[in-house]
Amino acid sequence: MPDLRLTIFSVVVAVAALVLVVELLRRRRLREKYAVIWVVISIGTLVVAIFPSLLRGIAGAIGIQTPSNLLFFGSLLVLFAVSLQLSREVGLLEEQSRRLAEEVGALRLRVDALEKKNASDAKPVAEPVVTPAEVEQRS
Amino acid sequence: MTTEGLERVEISVNGSTPAPAQRLLVVLPALNEQESVAKVIGEIRAGRPDAHILVVDDGSTDRTAERADAAGALVMRLPFNLGVGGAMRAAYRYAHEAGFTSVVQVDADGQHDPREIEHLLAVRDTDVVIGARFAGRGSYVVKGPRRWAMRLLSFVLSRILGVALADPTSGFRLVHERALALFAEHYPEEYLGDTVESLVIAHRAGLSVAQVPVVMRARETGVASTNPIRSAVYLVRVVVAVGLALVRRRPESEHR
Repeated sequence: MPDLRLTIFSVVVAVAALVLVVELLRRRRLREKYAVIWVVISIGTLVVAIFPSLLRGIAGAIGIQTPSNLLFFGSLLVLFAVSLQLSREVGLLEEQSRRLAEEVGALRLRVDALEKKNASDAKPVAEPVVTPAEVEQRS
Repeated sequence: MTTEGLERVEISVNGSTPAPAQRLLVVLPALNEQESVAKVIGEIRAGRPDAHILVVDDGSTDRTAERADAAGALVMRLPFNLGVGGAMRAAYRYAHEAGFTSVVQVDADGQHDPREIEHLLAVRDTDVVIGARFAGRGSYVVKGPRRWAMRLLSFVLSRILGVALADPTSGFRLVHERALALFAEHYPEEYLGDTVESLVIAHRAGLSVAQVPVVMRARETGVASTNPIRSAVYLVRVVVAVGLALVRRRPESEHR
């Protein structure tokens, strides 16, 4: 049987991780779509910490001699998946902000052109939506 | 983005809209080119008074935008630096929506001689015309790994497209209506994507590409990178860019 101290240590770490994730979720610092994987990992760690025989069973079933290696292998896979997902999300965000920047550039150009046109038409500029008096009132 | 429901703002410099037959927009992507931009605009003006000029200020921190505006060009100010690819995509989209039929991209640093635009325009029935160095005219010389990279790129792209392309990374290019419509939507903004991958995209869309030999001038401002390590990195990036262009699926419109 594994050392009781090891079990206690593993459980404490797993519970701390779980609490952290839940707390971040509660404070709306973590979006649900990223939280699920961390909740699953935390619970998985907790289960393995409490029942180490489970790990030994699975390792034996797929032919891994040392159960801890299964743990390392699993952790690597999970971290790989998470960082790949984050890279993908960053790429998506970058593309979106680029598109927005391009749109902003095009809109500015249109606004400039409209303002020039208005000025050169020598007509009074269309009644402003907000008059200066209103601005003063609001401030 | 569709143009439906959007008011088309006809932009005219001298109060007249361009003739419908030839609606040419000259685009100068510019990043901190305050020294040369006005001069280049003046040269374009002198050569083609009918053309409209759009300077895409790609997040410059100097007075590029002001000077371009003072020189009489339209100026699109991007809120932050997007790179040449992003600047050109914005320009193509603008040109497409404003009803231009041809767009020629010219460097704002004075490297491209605006008088050469005529040579690009002289090519008929081609969707993309590239102004190429190393194609007979001019005396542009590149050495070392950068030269190998350019040779490799030229060889591979010529094979893929089935047209001789001496200088696929040239930023001096003319795009006509069909290619303009394509690029307004799909223009790769990654490094080398704007030059290399865009050609592959155009080719896959069934568009024709041709090159015209042009004379390039020495840079008026800035220094060309000749560092061997940089050139080696460039070689690797060329290989990656071509590889990606080949294996990538046709771009999907997921943003609109």
